[in-house]
Amino acid sequence: MKQLIVFIKKEFKHVFRDNKTLLMLFGLPIAQIVLFGFALTNEIKNSKIIICDYAQDVSSLQITERISKSKNFEIKKTIIDKGQIEESFKEGDVKLVVVFPVNFHNDLYHKNKAQVQVIADASDPNTASTLTAYINFIVGSYQQEINNGTDGAIKIIPEIRMLYNPELKGATNFVPGVMALVLLLVCVLMTSVSIVKEKEKGTMEVLLVSPMNPFTVIIAKAIPYFFLSLINLTVILLMSIYLLDMPMNGSLILLYFVSSILILCALSLGLLISNVTETQQAAMLISLMAMLLPTVMLSGFMFPLENMPLPLQVVSNILPSKWYYIIVKSIMIKGLGLMSIWKETLILTFMTIGLLFISFRKFNIRLQ
Amino acid sequence: MRTDIVIKAESLTKKFGAFTAVDNISFEVYKGEIFGFLGANGAGKTTAMRMLCGLSIPSSGEANIARFDVYKETEKIKSSIGYMSQKFSLYEDLTIVENINFFGGIYGLSDAELKEQSNILIERLGLKINANKLVGELPLGWKQKLAFSVAIIHKPSIVFLDEPTGGVDPITRRQFWDLIYEAAENGITVFVTTHYMDEAEYCNRVSMMVDGKIAALDSPSNLKREYNAETMDEVFYILARQAKRQSD
Repeated sequence: MKQLIVFIKKEFKHVFRDNKTLLMLFGLPIAQIVLFGFALTNEIKNSKIIICDYAQDVSSLQITERISKSKNFEIKKTIIDKGQIEESFKEGDVKLVVVFPVNFHNDLYHKNKAQVQVIADASDPNTASTLTAYINFIVGSYQQEINNGTDGAIKIIPEIRMLYNPELKGATNFVPGVMALVLLLVCVLMTSVSIVKEKEKGTMEVLLVSPMNPFTVIIAKAIPYFFLSLINLTVILLMSIYLLDMPMNGSLILLYFVSSILILCALSLGLLISNVTETQQAAMLISLMAMLLPTVMLSGFMFPLENMPLPLQVVSNILPSKWYYIIVKSIMIKGLGLMSIWKETLILTFMTIGLLFISFRKFNIRLQ
Repeated sequence: MRTDIVIKAESLTKKFGAFTAVDNISFEVYKGEIFGFLGANGAGKTTAMRMLCGLSIPSSGEANIARFDVYKETEKIKSSIGYMSQKFSLYEDLTIVENINFFGGIYGLSDAELKEQSNILIERLGLKINANKLVGELPLGWKQKLAFSVAIIHKPSIVFLDEPTGGVDPITRRQFWDLIYEAAENGITVFVTTHYMDEAEYCNRVSMMVDGKIAALDSPSNLKREYNAETMDEVFYILARQAKRQSD
């Protein structure tokens, strides 16, 4: 026990004396969150849109006029054929189409309600949701005006359609992905590098000759990074909730519990990598290649998995980050409890146990 | 003195597949002795030493270290030996005192013992003003002396030194050997591998490994007489030339 404590103290000293490690540990997550969170949610100006006006009446023209006055939009053209919409989107520069149905004005004043359809190109989800929000605001204020401030008898109902990305994966969907990415990256990288460093410097040999149990070495390596990762998680969460307005609808305890499983999983992966590499550079490279790329590409937070070819979808199942991503979204955004995510949690747990088992065995073999 | 055997190897062999790295070696080392373990690169020195330290399990043969069996009692062996590798093996980002506390701690020294030992050690090495300096800032010679002192901080009965003086200047090497003599006088058996033949002269007895076998084992003066050589250097050349294995 004393050995363990002495060792853990030493590990913390390594971390706090190395600026590079500190930067990676705490700078990286903050940079990621800021990058993913803010860079993608700026105000959008002069977006090209198309008005598809079947009505051509007073109301539709009034709304069109307001849209054209807004600095957010630039009306590219007005058409009266829905068939051209798809084509315009595919050209790429049109981000949104507003469709006024026939008899818009009539419906509005006789039936007291009319629909306006808003179709957005959601392949860029942030832009799409921001633009539709602008349109909603314009239509909403117009509605208020024609109601003359009275409690709205007349209603304009915007019907929104997101093309290409109906789920509208956006900033709120990035955060769980970034959480998975950062936790995995930091844990895998840190553990593998810190163990390989001991091998490289020759101190590992001295540790192995000492009466210290090899498992004590592993545990002593894991504990500091486990705690630092929990702190990291807290920083990410605070930033996401208070800076990026990420909802937190589920149980915080559950989130920390599942995150702990992911951290353990990452630690054992790091251990595994440290067993098969001899230099810090190799460990770093493998960690980055094995963690960063698949996590970004295949865990579903950058690119929707549903649209991928089947083989890639199958491959994505072996990534811990995919399951963690689903869990975090379910907890934070949908507010679901353990009952709804037990399957994913179980998969993650089994992965962790499997990885731990393999890396412990490997570590043992290497001593002989 | 010669009656007390601390290392005893009999027909110790280590095979890696078809390659026999250590081939049937037998020898004894006595308490308080400085035992030089020589051989060209690739002769099997390191593999033999790893077996004796409990890092590698022999393919066949027997060995006892401090009366403990290398197959069954590796944990006990590990507690009774000290080890210093050819790479500098202290943590450069920890201070001198922190390194002493860490390595003493993993050998199970109590806080009181640690405090006492680190005071004695720092005093003896004349490192008092540097005690709270990071080890990385020390010159190499000091580092090696410190590493040796740390390797014997738990008062082991045997200390294994794997090329401890590589890259160190002659004066520091001389000082290093003073430390080795001091340790031997205190009853610690020193098992040392080296490439410097002048250091071989400092040993009580020397073994020469060639192609995984022990080609010669005696005191330096007897070896020189036997091979009709002026220096240990010549003895080494005569024996190493017999090697059929490629050195690395």
